Amino acid sequence: MATPHFTVHQPATLEEALDLLGRHRASVKLLAGGTDLIMKLRGGAMSADHLVSLNRVGGLNRINYQDEDGLVLGAGARISDVAAHPDVRKHYPALAHACSVMATTQIRNMGTVAGNLANAAPSADTAAPLLAYRGSVVLVERGGRRQVKLEEFFKGPGLTVLEPMEILEAIRVPVPPGRAGSSYLRLSARSQVDIAAVGVAGFLALDLDGCMMGVRLACASVAPTPVRCPEAEAMLEGQRPDPRLLARAAVACVRAARPIDDLRATANYRRAMVQVLAGRVLQKCLSMAQGGAQ
Amino acid sequence: MAKQTIEITVNGDRYEVAIDPWRSLAEVLREDLRLTGTKIGCNQGDCGACTVLINGRSVSSCLTLAVEAHQREVTTIEGLAKSPQELHPIQEAFVEKGAVQCGFCTGGMIMSAKQLLDKNPQPTETEIRQGLSGNLCRCTGYNKIVEAIGDAARRLAPAGEGK
Repeated sequence: MATPHFTVHQPATLEEALDLLGRHRASVKLLAGGTDLIMKLRGGAMSADHLVSLNRVGGLNRINYQDEDGLVLGAGARISDVAAHPDVRKHYPALAHACSVMATTQIRNMGTVAGNLANAAPSADTAAPLLAYRGSVVLVERGGRRQVKLEEFFKGPGLTVLEPMEILEAIRVPVPPGRAGSSYLRLSARSQVDIAAVGVAGFLALDLDGCMMGVRLACASVAPTPVRCPEAEAMLEGQRPDPRLLARAAVACVRAARPIDDLRATANYRRAMVQVLAGRVLQKCLSMAQGGAQ
Repeated sequence: MAKQTIEITVNGDRYEVAIDPWRSLAEVLREDLRLTGTKIGCNQGDCGACTVLINGRSVSSCLTLAVEAHQREVTTIEGLAKSPQELHPIQEAFVEKGAVQCGFCTGGMIMSAKQLLDKNPQPTETEIRQGLSGNLCRCTGYNKIVEAIGDAARRLAPAGEGK
């Protein structure tokens, strides 16, 4: 591998970071955890004369939960800190779980959830649970800010709606309703260190009559981007939980998948496993919402 | 392109070095500071041989730009023991349990063990294995390493709490 040469800028504020992005717009990349970026630069998949590091920008590593506003993860929040955060574990257990099982301790200590999203791998482990929890991303540029729903953020493998001069500043997740359950399950032939071959996340709540509401299902590694499963969600919304209905919804999830054959799994295996994992995820969500153990 | 001057504290010693900004912390530790206990194996964050602690957190130093360690505290395998004349209890346990064969992975393994035991002083065997999931060893089959870390946990436990 040829060694790429670049200058590293280490701004202390977001304004400075935005200025640096503008000044070096011809050849610049943002650096947070670096676990994906450095590999892409070394491998030649990406090049940049300038890196703007977000690692010294004050306040960017915040993890903040409030009962009115929900969860805010700053762009610098490390995967391991999100996994261990008591509010994340309590209110967003599927996200905490995804953050605790992906990659390795070292990579989780370095990598950020925002970077996992901005990198836009189809297999991004944090994307499926954040889709299930109705997450949004806050994008900032010199002119102002915009908030984009996560389901509108991904455009393809490695592609997002982020403009070249924009920074993903934070991730926002609303407060889940009471009597809710959520879960994320992933499969990989080589345990957690490897990229997931299939991942499925789910969320559901129960209304006063015991009917399911706010149902969300999302899959990773089975399409060019992490995807929601709208058909399965619609089948369940407003219905009483019934094992046969859950099983039919799990089958419907397969129709949201557009998997490929690659070194981690075949498309057929991925389709089969979406159904299996979706079934298990729904069962888990339901038992949590009914007051069972997490 | 200009070199950048960084100040880093490694194992309690302050260094000021002028480096190319694209160099990894692993390279600077080994080549500029001559701390060769940190190994470069895969150079892509998979094997764990380059594991060091930055401000007490384990990272892959091969994927960390050295400039990002500016004004931070780095601990390498050379800095784990209290003095050059003694070994850290994790190192003692590795020696006594036969957890070292070729030795290439050992420094990184011990730094990961340090991170694990700092966070979880009494890990189960499963937790030890999960704590080592970012470190590869091609010699030992891992069992001796897992035993050594369990033993180190007992050595490090305050008197009366060891099992």
